[in-house]
Amino acid sequence: MAILDVHNIEKHFGSTRVLEDISFSLEKGQSLAIIGSSGSGKTTLLRCLNFLEKPDQGSIAVNGNVIFDASDPATQRESEVRKKRLHFGMVFQSFNLFPQYTALKNVTLAKELLSQERPDFKQNKKAILDEIQAEGEALLAKMGLAERCNHYPSQLSGGQQQRVAIARALALHPDILCFDEPTSALDPELTGEVLKVIRSLAEQKTTMIIVTHEMAFARDVADEVIFMDGGVIVEKGPAREVIEHPREERTRQFLSRYADAN
Amino acid sequence: MIEFFTSDTFQTVLAALNSGFLKTLQIFFFTLVGALPLGLVISFGSMSRFTPLRWVTRTVVWAIRGTPLVLQIIALFYVPGIQKWFTWPSGESGRMTAVCVAFIINYACYFSEIYRGGIQGVPKGQQEAGQVLGMTKSQIFFHITLLQMIKRIVPPMSNEIITLVKDTSLARVIALQEVIWMGESFMKGNSGISGLVWPLFFTAVYYLVFSGIVTMLLGKLERKLAFFQ
Repeated sequence: MAILDVHNIEKHFGSTRVLEDISFSLEKGQSLAIIGSSGSGKTTLLRCLNFLEKPDQGSIAVNGNVIFDASDPATQRESEVRKKRLHFGMVFQSFNLFPQYTALKNVTLAKELLSQERPDFKQNKKAILDEIQAEGEALLAKMGLAERCNHYPSQLSGGQQQRVAIARALALHPDILCFDEPTSALDPELTGEVLKVIRSLAEQKTTMIIVTHEMAFARDVADEVIFMDGGVIVEKGPAREVIEHPREERTRQFLSRYADAN
Repeated sequence: MIEFFTSDTFQTVLAALNSGFLKTLQIFFFTLVGALPLGLVISFGSMSRFTPLRWVTRTVVWAIRGTPLVLQIIALFYVPGIQKWFTWPSGESGRMTAVCVAFIINYACYFSEIYRGGIQGVPKGQQEAGQVLGMTKSQIFFHITLLQMIKRIVPPMSNEIITLVKDTSLARVIALQEVIWMGESFMKGNSGISGLVWPLFFTAVYYLVFSGIVTMLLGKLERKLAFFQ
């Protein structure tokens, strides 16, 4: 069974249709790259999955449970949306780290707040918080940032900030980790360290959806690729196949612009 | 010179000015204590997605900011009695209460606009990052937005608070005996002293010293918040 099933998603901004009949599924442990030019709807699609935008039509199911159905308001209640969001992790293009907290606190804050809802929080407060802290430190160490735990975001390079953001998303153990152009805001010499982290996550079979402009990376790291244009899925399939031997003319045109770079 | 500072006249004037300045300080602190939180409530009203509430709030803010504080003090103090709605407690405490209520409402409206600017100045991505991490709206506000907002509003708030130090003198319009009223009283006659001009100008020393202290404290707060960008 697929971990994620997206069915017939449609989204309008005013009278502009930004997503149309988007359907795809994703297996556990697989990574999916979404490619396409700016304005093709890639980011909006990710934002729909994270409940930052509300699709006008369609449904989203995780592990077979429908968590969003545009025709069923019961799936859209604010209180439940908050919990459902936790199926997805999100890494933003512009990091969006919390500037007033250290790298470690950025990673642990949400988990600390969530743990307050646990019935045993009052009794085991210290143990729970210590555990969250230790887990946060381990995550940052995994990102190669063990020495940077107590640095504030403004004291970190872009690449380091984005790695903190990845650790922050991982801390809540999402079923599916989403990346919205994770290297687009970085200087070229800093993209490598972030891509390396994502690559190792893929090797550890983390289920991921990555919106990216890095074609070589998509080809080498992703299992599946979706090419979007004008709000629709033009082509989807195994990553290497779509990027090296696209079937559709529009995909070919799009990829040809990257041919020189690669 | 030394004789002057030790003279009975100087001691009498100083005692009177001190008691006047105590009133000034009371207005100042009561206004801050009331207007700082009330302003936040008003700012939420002016940003509400519920249109009637937003409209009403913005109209009130417009009316309060668009009319003189002096007028508001006079109206608040006299109109309820004239209209027989209620009467303020008699004497100095009634005047002080009325003045503080007027100041709190007035300053809360100014603060609300500063808060609104501060809140809306925090990038939307901050809120979204909190949302995708499963935080509630209030958690996002208190743990993420608030401190970033405070950092943004310290400089404009400093302006407003220093203005408040001096605006307290408007309380004299309903004969509240704050420091300027006291200073002036020695021209007209107070404690058997009259025709003295210097006490009025001497009040400036109080304002200067106090606004100096306030400036220093707010500068300290600004430096304290410099640890993040």
